[in-house]
Amino acid sequence: MKVLVPIKRVIDYNVKVRVKTDNSNVDLSNTKMAINPFCEIAVEEAVRLKEAGIATEIIAISIGDKSCQEQLRTALALGADRAIQIETDLQPSESLDSINIAKLLQKIVEEEEPQLIILGKQAIDSDNNQTGQMLAALTGMPQGTFASAVKVEGDKVNVTREVDGGLQSLALNLPAIVTTDLRLNEPRYASLPNIMKAKRKPLVVRSASEFGIDLTPRTKLLKVTAPAQRQAGIVVKSIDELVDKLKNEAKVIS
Amino acid sequence: MSILVIAEHDNSALKTETLKTVTAAQQIGSDITLLVAGFNCQSVAESAAKVNGISKVLVCDNTVYQHQLAENVSLLITELAADYEHILATASTTGKNIMPRVAALLDVTQISDIIGVESNNTFTRPIYAGNAIATVQSLDAKKVITVRSTGFDAVNTDGNADIFNIDTVTDAGLSNHIADEFTKSERPDLGAAGVVISGGRGMQNGDNFKLLDGIADKLGAAIGASRAAVDAGFVPNDMQVGQTGKIVAPDLYIAVGISGAIQHLAGMKDSKIIVAINKDPDAPIFQVADYGIVADLFDALPELESKL
Repeated sequence: MKVLVPIKRVIDYNVKVRVKTDNSNVDLSNTKMAINPFCEIAVEEAVRLKEAGIATEIIAISIGDKSCQEQLRTALALGADRAIQIETDLQPSESLDSINIAKLLQKIVEEEEPQLIILGKQAIDSDNNQTGQMLAALTGMPQGTFASAVKVEGDKVNVTREVDGGLQSLALNLPAIVTTDLRLNEPRYASLPNIMKAKRKPLVVRSASEFGIDLTPRTKLLKVTAPAQRQAGIVVKSIDELVDKLKNEAKVIS
Repeated sequence: MSILVIAEHDNSALKTETLKTVTAAQQIGSDITLLVAGFNCQSVAESAAKVNGISKVLVCDNTVYQHQLAENVSLLITELAADYEHILATASTTGKNIMPRVAALLDVTQISDIIGVESNNTFTRPIYAGNAIATVQSLDAKKVITVRSTGFDAVNTDGNADIFNIDTVTDAGLSNHIADEFTKSERPDLGAAGVVISGGRGMQNGDNFKLLDGIADKLGAAIGASRAAVDAGFVPNDMQVGQTGKIVAPDLYIAVGISGAIQHLAGMKDSKIIVAINKDPDAPIFQVADYGIVADLFDALPELESKL
């Protein structure tokens, strides 16, 4: 089966972001960027399905300016067969709303007809957790979100989901959409020979405008502020002092 | 301005998170309808009718809604959506699963995980693991919103709204429920507990989490964990506190053997009082802790338990 893996270029998860002084957005200039950690897990799962003889072709896709080709090359180095970049003329500071991302992906799904689409459950920049579910709605496919186990069996995929309170398992008719949670797998590292080979794998650039979708923003970012800072705390010397402070100063225990 | 709030429940009890989502709805407008979709969920409907600040309760009781499958419930909500300008649900795994599907079916985007209401179309929400707060205006005609429950207080439950049964059946026929495997716990729910005590990698193994039991018992606390502790297999994943786990904001949060990575802090830094127990004086957790103690947790925990 053909597997489609949408990925996103985001700030590296170890970097602490700074809000711009004019409160227009966060400052991403000269910041280390990387493939979103959940997308990495999605690529890994697709590659494992190929190694298990279930997936026949893996297509990685990303939407953004030229810089996201770097992350597509990473996906190719990890084992994707080919890549598609949907080029948008947005400034790096702007972003498409999830519904518009999902509509662009829907067009690629119609062209490529993958049996399985694996996305990360959320991007660590916008923290939206929407795109997979929206793409499922637009394509009319079932969805297995927050997946910690994926098993393809005949014309169905069984997905174990991480839900509040424990785990839930579902059987979804194929074609289906899966979004990855952290526990699904441990992504591999790209080896140097594979990084070299990835440079020769096909990467097609498509313009967002050719799909005829109205990409008018649905939201307006009015401002971005830093969260309230916590007051500096104190280091206590003993458990007795800690219990005393909690009882008599903070009054959170009795 | 009519608002539809999707009730969070397990077919037997209404979750307290719903009471917080209703508070958010009240800050948007006044004509609030609560939807209970489930199976054999009449007891939930009765609790829902007591929720203050709502006009009525819609109950859709059918086997297709038993497990809150997104494919089926999203069709039901979409069908009801014509009468409402705002549709709200709790940002739980259920709400996060269903609501973006609803939004796309309605051709709107979603405003996720709001922590504040500025006006009926402008909301605040955390981005970048809570390291920035965005003020976002929705330009869509219909607003589909998920609500972070730690951002709002709960409404009271001494009301008396009317219950209307609806018999719509929307079965997409795309998915089937196989099984649930829920963690059994006598302790308070992590998201709703007034006190949370969490263990991290420093706990070293799953057995050592028992050291937290006695303290949790004495404080009536829920027990949480960092991702490191979950990944190492010490405890199940539904105990994870952080950007991608549960977001908690209790009166007292005790972090034991947790270094304080950005992703963990995203899930607990709105707690009223934070206590850190860690043997590394340079651990980042001390930068957000109100009270810190530099100590070996294997000495500190038994002593703390004995002195509470």
